[in-house]
Amino acid sequence: MSAIYILWLRELKRYTRSRSQMVASLGQPLLYLLALGFGLGPVFQRAGYGSYIQLLAPGVIGMSVLFSSIFSGLGLLWDRQFGFLKETLVAPVPRLQIMIGRTLGGATVAVIQGMLVFIISCIAGFRPANWLLVPVAVAFMIAIAVVFAALGVAIGSSIQDMQGFQLIMNFMVMPIFFLSGALFPLAGHGMILTVITRLDPLSYGIDGIRAVLLQSSQFQPAFAVSTSAIVLAAVGSTLLVIGAWRFSKIEI
Amino acid sequence: MIHVKNLVKTFGNFTAVDDVSFDVAAGEIFAFLGPNGAGKTTTIKMLTTLLHPTSGTIRLDGLDPRTHQNEVRKRFGIVFQDPSLDGDLTAWENMEIHGVLYHVPHKLRHQRAEELLKLFELWDRRGDQVKKFSGGMKRRLEIARGFLHTPKILFLDEPTLGLDPQSRNQLWNHVRRVNESEGVTVFLTTHYMDEADRVAHRIGVIDHGKLVAQGTPKEIKEQTSTATLEEAFLALTGSTIRDESAGSADAMRQFAKMWSGGKR
Repeated sequence: MSAIYILWLRELKRYTRSRSQMVASLGQPLLYLLALGFGLGPVFQRAGYGSYIQLLAPGVIGMSVLFSSIFSGLGLLWDRQFGFLKETLVAPVPRLQIMIGRTLGGATVAVIQGMLVFIISCIAGFRPANWLLVPVAVAFMIAIAVVFAALGVAIGSSIQDMQGFQLIMNFMVMPIFFLSGALFPLAGHGMILTVITRLDPLSYGIDGIRAVLLQSSQFQPAFAVSTSAIVLAAVGSTLLVIGAWRFSKIEI
Repeated sequence: MIHVKNLVKTFGNFTAVDDVSFDVAAGEIFAFLGPNGAGKTTTIKMLTTLLHPTSGTIRLDGLDPRTHQNEVRKRFGIVFQDPSLDGDLTAWENMEIHGVLYHVPHKLRHQRAEELLKLFELWDRRGDQVKKFSGGMKRRLEIARGFLHTPKILFLDEPTLGLDPQSRNQLWNHVRRVNESEGVTVFLTTHYMDEADRVAHRIGVIDHGKLVAQGTPKEIKEQTSTATLEEAFLALTGSTIRDESAGSADAMRQFAKMWSGGKR
């Protein structure tokens, strides 16, 4: 247990110490909120969908949780190249504990990041319909964070270098983000897009956050909250198992 | 304490370690010498559970690193050839993580960390992030960390690389001390033949993945009828210079250097 704790703490310390990274990772969601939120807002309103910033904010929160958690998992790549991974791999601690410590640490950082973006969204004009449901939204952030931190660990254990990282970024992380309905409503698309968005785990996370934070008059969730929760839990536990398995196979 | 028989490791069609057999007795200091790319580090990685051998047997304290990974890991400590510190954490935190991972009790951990940081003259900088350290200081910290828990077997993979004579001296004195007082078996590699000659009880010379000589420093010198271990080493391994291919790790370091403005 103490091994899990110390590795969790390490992720947190690394996060709080790299100020530049923190600012940079808040800059991107801010840009999306301001440029898209205010840029497309009037068009969205005229089309009769109501306030775009209300729809967009949960999407941007989901985005920052996604990026932050998947990168923390891929941080394995850096640890591999700069050697710290070796230090943990030869320690007399089951690899499962090491993997769990890292994943929980990365997920915690991602949730903190998501809450910061939530606060920024509120400054930008986002208003949750019911403040009492905010903890449920945070629970969805945690679920998203665990799913993608585990995915990051699984991938980070399987690829070796930076070229692989770029590939993952372009062909995995960006599609997961853009096809999750983070930027647009999930309803009313053609067959293909509907199927694809339903295969993306992030869709369920963002839809869940929207369902609990937005008024039902403004927004019709694509899935029931319970469905979203079950899908995320199932995908999350599967990815944790795969991540743990890939991590246990690492050779240096 | 270490028993290796017919050990082979191949990467694709390249044979890094080719049918190597040797034994290291408990309480012995064994130096594993060889030119760059001879297979030293690959052997250490197999001994320390980081790589699986292609074939052959390894026993550490009677245990197979393949099947009893955790039990084996409890028995050794290692100082790696390349850096393995977390640069974003402080010297003290790096020691602390190591202590926790190796189950060193809280009080003992702090006491030993303090002793070791003082011994390797890092105590005043314990609160600084490791990325601000010079190369020599990082090296010293890695070594201090390796001594934090008391293993049965200590692996030192080119520990003196980039150290000044003072720290080098300090290191070997400390290695001798733990070897004598606590009976720790030491398995080391180095490119400095005088060090091996001075410290090691027995030596194995490896070249192109094959063990070409084994014995006490004196025996090896007699075998090759040379006066110094350096001459003996050259007589055994020839004088052509070897190249190690630059791996992806080097490419990444280059990349990181570019982005961090050369701070790493």
